[in-house]
Amino acid sequence: MDASRPAFVIRFANVSKEYPRTGIALSDVSFTVSKGEFVFLTGPSGAGKSTILKLTYFDELPTRGDVWVSTTRSKGVSRKEISMLRRKLGVVFQDFRLLEDRTVEQNIAFALDVIGTPQEKIHGKVSRLLAQVGLASKATSMPRELSGGEQQRVAIARALANDPVVLVADEPTGNLDDRATRGVFQLLREINAAGTAVLMATHNLDLVKRSELRVLEINRGAVVYDSNDEKRRQPEFTP
Amino acid sequence: MRLAAREALLGFRRAPVLSALSITTIAFSLFAFGLFSLVALNIRSTLQAMESRVEIRAFLVDSTTPESIAAAMGDIGGFPEVARVEYITREQALERARSELGEFKDVFEAGFLPASIDVRLRDGFRDPATVRKIAERIKVYSFVDDVRFGEEWVQKLYSIRNVATAAGVILGLAFAAVSIIVIGATIRMAVMARSREISIMRLVGATDGFIQRPFLIEGLVKGLLGGALALLLTWFASSLITRYFIQTEFFDAKLAFLGLLGGALIGVVGSAVSVGRQIRRVQ
Repeated sequence: MDASRPAFVIRFANVSKEYPRTGIALSDVSFTVSKGEFVFLTGPSGAGKSTILKLTYFDELPTRGDVWVSTTRSKGVSRKEISMLRRKLGVVFQDFRLLEDRTVEQNIAFALDVIGTPQEKIHGKVSRLLAQVGLASKATSMPRELSGGEQQRVAIARALANDPVVLVADEPTGNLDDRATRGVFQLLREINAAGTAVLMATHNLDLVKRSELRVLEINRGAVVYDSNDEKRRQPEFTP
Repeated sequence: MRLAAREALLGFRRAPVLSALSITTIAFSLFAFGLFSLVALNIRSTLQAMESRVEIRAFLVDSTTPESIAAAMGDIGGFPEVARVEYITREQALERARSELGEFKDVFEAGFLPASIDVRLRDGFRDPATVRKIAERIKVYSFVDDVRFGEEWVQKLYSIRNVATAAGVILGLAFAAVSIIVIGATIRMAVMARSREISIMRLVGATDGFIQRPFLIEGLVKGLLGGALALLLTWFASSLITRYFIQTEFFDAKLAFLGLLGGALIGVVGSAVSVGRQIRRVQ
């Protein structure tokens, strides 16, 4: 194996995270996400799912232990390295985080512009991304004119703009009805099938149960269940 | 760069009131500074005109021979600080006194005033210390009865100029500091208003430098506009003073350009000192 290109895209090694006010958020968490893998992150509210996701895009750094994402290590990481790492990641949130005063295509072009994509390449890339998420006809719409599911698709298209190796999604279907949830989930499966690893935090146990994908269950800041482990058992968490 | 410029422009369009407020604040800070500079400039040019009249007058005893006078004049004219040496006879002295005193000219009679050697100094040698030094050197001639050079007057002139310059520098720095604080505060509001964009920019991998650039450009443009507005206001004030009170001198092109540059500098520095700290607060 080429040492500079590890087989995992995310690796947590004995990671603990403590906040000065709220105390321990994660304690001694270890897991890896392989290239091209789809992993659900489940657990009750406040269990530490969001903290894990923030650690993956280095919005937070561990108090103890180490996080590797692609080839970047959390220990001693610089702000510049964090920026460069994020160009290899896509992040999607429950609240979409679109710019309300710009059209759908401007929202996606913005992400490309920010990382210095040449102007002549942006238009073509935006069109391809919109086609990929099924919104080719909505390019000039404003976000408020779209349904929740459509807005989340725009956010996913924006997250894919950098051709990420991993897509990190924090409750991406949390604000959507069943139909939109299925559509967004299907889109994430397609993205995953094309080779992008997906780490998705969700409360939606139906979604988790229906698919045969890997599940990591977090409770009180620790991994309490990993479906990849040999001693499989049923998840404890029920929402 | 194109995106940074576009973002900076969008910043103006999205928060026109806030932008106008910061430009106005910069303009008023610089206007106050400009007014003071204008006063200082006019005091200085008046002082320079007065200063060129600084003169040392060595009164001669009546019995001085023309040879001694010629020798002394040659001597004094050779001092590097001296621009011109002139011999004033008793008659010329009387004539001058009469012309200067106008209606009281008849009170003087011939022989009342002594002859003198009048010494004018070169530019840069009219400060009190140099004037006194030259006066001391002239005083050593035995036929020189007394030397006058308006010591107190020269001293006062210089004190006024020094106070004006010091006050200008202190006030200028104070106004610049106020402008920087105001710009810092407006940047804070601008960052808060654009926190969503900043967090998205960061999320997709924009560097800190890239995120800061539009704010710096915005600061530069605001500073330039504020400087231009201040220049316009100062010019207007100067015109009003000239029209209704006294003739004033306005900044030349070089000083006006320096004013604009000052505005730009305040804009950029004000933005730079706060933008880094502010954008780090955005989650």
